[in-house]
Amino acid sequence: MSGEGLLEVRDLVAGYGGAPVLHGIDLTVPRGAIAAVVGANGAGKTTLLRALSGMLRPAAGRVVLAGEDLRGVAVEQLVRRGMAHVPEGRGVVGELTVDENLRLGGLWRRDRADAARALDEVYQLFEPLARRRRHLGHQLSGGERQMLALGRALVARPRLLLLDEPSLGLAPRVVAQTMALLRRLRDGTGLTVLLVEQNVRSALSVADQGVVMSLGRIVTTAPAARLRDDADLRHAYLGF
Amino acid sequence: MDRFVFLTLDGLSRGAVLAAFALALVLIWRAARIVNFAQGAMAVATAYVAYSVSAATGSYWLGFLAALVAGLLLGAAVDLVVMRFVDHASPLNPVIVALGLVLLIQAVLGMAYGSEFLPAGTPFSRNPLTVGGAAVLSPYDLFVFAAVAVVVVGLAWTFTRTAVGLRMRAAAFAPEVSRLLGVNVGGMLTLGWALASGVGALAGMLVIPTELGLHPHAMDLVFVSAFTAAVVGGLDSPPGAVVGGLAVGLLLSYVSGYAGSDLTPLAVLVLLLAVLLIRPGGLFAPVAARRV
Repeated sequence: MSGEGLLEVRDLVAGYGGAPVLHGIDLTVPRGAIAAVVGANGAGKTTLLRALSGMLRPAAGRVVLAGEDLRGVAVEQLVRRGMAHVPEGRGVVGELTVDENLRLGGLWRRDRADAARALDEVYQLFEPLARRRRHLGHQLSGGERQMLALGRALVARPRLLLLDEPSLGLAPRVVAQTMALLRRLRDGTGLTVLLVEQNVRSALSVADQGVVMSLGRIVTTAPAARLRDDADLRHAYLGF
Repeated sequence: MDRFVFLTLDGLSRGAVLAAFALALVLIWRAARIVNFAQGAMAVATAYVAYSVSAATGSYWLGFLAALVAGLLLGAAVDLVVMRFVDHASPLNPVIVALGLVLLIQAVLGMAYGSEFLPAGTPFSRNPLTVGGAAVLSPYDLFVFAAVAVVVVGLAWTFTRTAVGLRMRAAAFAPEVSRLLGVNVGGMLTLGWALASGVGALAGMLVIPTELGLHPHAMDLVFVSAFTAAVVGGLDSPPGAVVGGLAVGLLLSYVSGYAGSDLTPLAVLVLLLAVLLIRPGGLFAPVAARRV
C-alpha cells in the first residue's frame, strides 16, 4: 500500500444477496482531491459508495481510510473516522426540523464547542437553512434538502465526503452552486470528495480525477480535465 | 351534578394510568414498529418484583423503585434476548412472539407466586377527600396524577430537548441515515424498549391496587383499554396516547357510573371498533403519509 491516498480501495467485491455488483474495485483518492465516479445507470456507482461506508458489507477486498483498514468498523463509527456519506436521495429526515437534522450530524462529537461552531458555519454557508431552522425536513424544496444534507455532513467536519448524485432533481443553477461549493471546501479546508454522478459534464467540471465505471468495474481513471476534453476518451468511455 | 363531577375526576384518574400505559405502547411502536402485546404481562411481572421487595423490606417505596428498575431492565432484556432475533418481514411475527411472551411470563409468575390474588398496597389513602360536602379525589388519585404528569413531561422533555432524545427519534424515523451520522441505532432501540417498559411498570404499579389486586392476569383488561387509548390517539403520537388515555378513562367512568360496570369492557371494544372503522390512523394521525 502506497499510503499516498486518503482513501485506498483494493479488490473490493460487494453485492446484494450473493450476486456481486462490484467485481474487484481498485481506487485511490488523494488527499484534498475531488474524484468523480461516472458511468451509466447500473454501473455500480451507488453500490460502491454503500460498500465504502459499510451500509453494504463488502464480500471481499479492503477499504483503507487515512491508513486505517475499515474492515470490521461499524457503520456508526465511520463518521468518527472522518467519513461522511450523503446517501442516495439525500437522507433528510422529514420528521425532524432543519435544526435537528443539522445537530444530528454533530451529536457524536465530544468537542461540543466545535460542534456548535460547525453548526454556525453551516448556517452561514447556507443562508436559506438559517431562515427555515424550525421547518420540518419534508417541508423543504429539493435545493434546500440538498443544502441540508450537505450541511449535515459538514457539521461532522469530515475528511472524506461521499456524495451520491448531488445533481439529481435539481435545477442547473443549483447544481452549479453545489459544484462550486465543493471546490471552495476543497480549497479552503482540504476536504476530499468522492462523488458519484449521472450528470457527467458537471461532475467532470468540478472534479480533479475522473473515474469511469461500467458493469461493476472501473474501466478507466484519468485526470478529469483530460476525460472532459479528450474527444477520443469521451467517445470510448462516456459515449458523447 | 356531584355525581358527574365525581365520575369525571375518577375517569381522569383512571385515564391518567391508561395514558401512561398507552404511552408505553406508542414508544415501542415508534421505535420498533411493534405493538407490544406483552406490555401488560411485563408490567405485572415488575409489580410482583415490587411485592417481593416490599414484603422483604416493609417499604412501599423500595418496592415501587424496584418495579421501575425491573421495568427498565426487563424491557431491555426483551429487546436484546427476544425481539432482536424476530424476523420483521411479516408484521405478524413480533405479535405472535409477544403473545408467546405473555404466556411465558404469566406461567412463570403463576409458578412462582401462585394464582391467588395478592394484596397490593398504596402509599396514600384511597378514601376520597370531600370538598364542600362532595366527594372528589383521594390522596392516591393525586399521587397517580402527579406520577403520570412527571413521566409525561419527563419523556416529552427527553425526546424534544435532549441529545439522546434526538438520537432516539432519528433512529426510529431513519435508521440507515442515523447510522451514517454516528447514531448507535441498536442501542437507541434497546433504550426505547427499556423506557417503554419502565413506563409500563409505573402504570402497573399505579393501577393494580385500584383493581382486584396482584394476579398474573391483573393487567389483561387494562391492556385492552390502554391499547384502545393508543389506537384512539394514533399509535404514532405520544400526545395522542395521553389524550386517548384520558378519553378512555372518562368513557369507562361514565359508562360504569351511569350504565353499570358490566358494560365497560363492551364500551371499550365499541370505541376501538369505531375508531378503527372511522379513523384508523387515530385522532392525532400525522397529516403527511409516512413511508413505511
